[in-house]
Amino acid sequence: MEKIIVGIKRVVDYNVRVRVRSDGSGVETDGVKMSINPFDEIALEEALRIKEAGKASEVIAVSIGTPEAQQQLRTGLAMGADRAILVTVDGTVDPLSIARVFKVLAEKEGAGLVLLGKQAIDGDHSQVPQMLAALWGRPQATFASGMSIDGSKARVQREVDAGIETVEVELPAVISVDLRLNEPRYVKLPDIMKAKKKPLEEISIADLGIEAGPVVTEGSYASPEGRQRGVRVDDVSALVNLLNEKGLV
Amino acid sequence: MARILIVAEHDGSALNPSTSKCVSCAAAIDGVEIDVVVLGASVADIANQCAAIDGVSRVRTIERPENEHPIAAVQAPQVAAICDDYSHVLGPSTTFGRDLMPHVAALLGVNQVSDIMSVEGPQTFKRPVYAGNAIVTVEAPDDAKLVATVRIASWPAAAGGNAAPVEAVTVDTAVPSHTQYIGLEATASDRPDLQTAARVVAGGRAFGSAEKFELLYELADVLGAGVGATRAAVDAGYCPNDMQVGQTGKIIAPELYVAIGISGAIQHMTGIKDAGTIVAINKDEDALIFEAADIGLVADLFDALPELIEALR
Ligand SMILES: Cc1cc2nc3c(=O)[nH]c(=O)nc-3n(C[C@H](O)[C@H](O)[C@H](O)COP(=O)(O)OP(=O)(O)OC[C@H]3O[C@@H](n4cnc5c(N)ncnc54)[C@H](O)[C@@H]3O)c2cc1C
Ligand SMILES: Nc1ncnc2c1ncn2[C@@H]1O[C@H](COP(=O)(O)O)[C@@H](O)[C@H]1O
Repeated sequence: MEKIIVGIKRVVDYNVRVRVRSDGSGVETDGVKMSINPFDEIALEEALRIKEAGKASEVIAVSIGTPEAQQQLRTGLAMGADRAILVTVDGTVDPLSIARVFKVLAEKEGAGLVLLGKQAIDGDHSQVPQMLAALWGRPQATFASGMSIDGSKARVQREVDAGIETVEVELPAVISVDLRLNEPRYVKLPDIMKAKKKPLEEISIADLGIEAGPVVTEGSYASPEGRQRGVRVDDVSALVNLLNEKGLV
Repeated sequence: MARILIVAEHDGSALNPSTSKCVSCAAAIDGVEIDVVVLGASVADIANQCAAIDGVSRVRTIERPENEHPIAAVQAPQVAAICDDYSHVLGPSTTFGRDLMPHVAALLGVNQVSDIMSVEGPQTFKRPVYAGNAIVTVEAPDDAKLVATVRIASWPAAAGGNAAPVEAVTVDTAVPSHTQYIGLEATASDRPDLQTAARVVAGGRAFGSAEKFELLYELADVLGAGVGATRAAVDAGYCPNDMQVGQTGKIIAPELYVAIGISGAIQHMTGIKDAGTIVAINKDEDALIFEAADIGLVADLFDALPELIEALR
C-alpha cells in the first residue's frame, strides 16, 4: 500500500473539566488546553507502525478546522507523519461534510487506508468513518482494537457489545480505532524541531468543492442535571441496612 | 406527523431489548406509524418478537443469506432502499446501531442525530456531548429525512402484547462482498446482561488482578447483578472488554450500581449518570466518585467486599 490517511481533530483535552458557557452558546474554550482527539492519536500510531513494518510508504495527517489546528498537525508530524493537510473552515463543520473531505482526499491521494478515531470526544458523533465508507463505496471496520495487514486485505478485531468480532476487509478501506488498539508514542524534542520542516499544506473546504449540508443545527447548551449529594455510611452493616430500607437488596 | 422506521437489533435468535427502547423514543416523536425492519438470514422468530412490541404498526423483513451477520456496508443499502416512505429512520446507539446508521445517513445524503436522550419536537432533540458534560438541543432540517440513533439508557422498554402484521420485503439492491465476517468471541456468562440488568456491580483498577476480580463476581452472584468495569480494569486484563462502562464502553441505567475501587473519572461516570442509586466503595475519602454517589463507604475493598458478600448471602 502506498499511502495512509489519518484524521487528526483538534478537541478540548480529555483531562479538562468541560464547562457550559453561562449564555448556553457552547462550552468554554477560552484558555482551555486543546489536544489531538485521543482516538486519532491511536489511529496515527497505528499508521506509523504499519509504515515502519514496510507495509505503507507514506502517512498523511489531515485535519479539517480553523488555522489553530496546525498545532495538532505539527504534533502529528512530530510523532512521525510524513506530511499534513489542513482543510480550513470558518467554524464547525458537520460530519457529512467532513466525510466528503476525506473522500475527495482519499481519491486524490489514492489512499490504501483511511484510519480515523471511533469518535471525536467533543461532539461524540461517531459518524465520520461510517459516512466516509458509504460515500467512498469501500469497506468499513469500526471500533478496532486489533488489526493486521496482509497484502490487499486487513483483518480487524472490533470491540462490539457482545465481545470481539473479527472481520476481513479488502483494501482500500476505512478503519475506525478504539482505545485498546495501541499505546501512542511520546513525541521527543528533536522530532518537534524536525517536524517544523515537514510540509503542511493548507486548502479551503470551498476549494475542494464541498458545500455543507443539510446540517443539523445546534441550539442551546445546558449542563447535565447534577445528582443530589448522597450520604456516607460508616461500615458495611450500615450500608446493607440502607440498601434494605430502600428496597434495593 | 411522522412515519418512522426502526432497524431491529438481534443476534439471529433473540431480539435485543434496544429495539423496544427505540420504539419508546419513536412514540415520543409522535409517530403515526412505527414500522420495524428486520434484516437477517432467517428472520421469522425475530419478526414475531418485534410484532409483539406495543406501538409497532408493521414489521417488515428482509431475508437474505448475506444478512446473516450485521455488516454495515451490506445492510445499509438495503435499509436505504426502503426509506422512501418514512420521515424518520432510527436505530439504537449500541455498537450495532452506531456502526450501521451513519452509513445509512450518508447513503441518503443527510447528517445523523446521534444519541437522542429526549424528544422536544418532531425534528428537535436533546443529546449529550463532551462525554455527557453538556447537553445540546439540536434541530434537524424539516425538508430532509431524519436519521438518528437512540441513547437506549434514556428510554424505557415499550410494553409487549401487540400482534402487528409481518410482511416480507424483497430488496434486490446489490450488496458488496468486500467485507467478510470471520467470527465473534463472546464472553460466556450466565449473569444478567450488563445493558439491561436492574443491578450492576462494577470494579476498577483497585482489584489489582484477574484473580482478585473474582470477588466481584461473587458479589454479583449474591445480588443477581450484571458486572461492569472501568477502562483501567479492562486494559489491565482483569476482565473482558465488553464489561467496560463509560464514554467508550456501555452506557447503562440500572436501578442499583455498586462501584468498587473506582475513582469516578468523567469518562466512566458518563456511562452511569442515569443509574437509580449509586453506591461507592473506595478507600480514598476524596475520590471523585463520592461526589456522584448516593451512598458512599470509605473502606478498603478487600475488607469490605467479603463482609458485604457475607451480609447479603
Ligand atoms: C478518550 C477516553 C475515553 C475513556 N473511556 C472510558 C470509559 O468508557 N470507561 C472508563 O471507565 N474509563 C474510560 N476512560 C479512562 C478514565 O479516564 C479513567 O482512567 C478510568 O476510568 C480509571 O479507572 P479506575 O477508576 O478503575 O482507576 P483509577 O483511576 O486508578 O482509580 C482506582 C481507585 O481505586 C481506589 N482504590 C485503590 N485501592 C483500593 C482498595 N484496596 N480499596 C478501595 N479502593 C481502592 C483508589 O482510591 C482510586 O480511587 C477513558 C479515557 C479516555 C482518555
Ligand atoms: N474536523 C476533523 N478533522 C479531522 N478528522 C476528523 C474531524 N472530524 C472528525 N474526524 C475524524 O473522524 C473521527 C470520528 O469523528 P466523529 O464522527 O465526529 O465522532 C475522528 O476521530 C477523526 O478521526
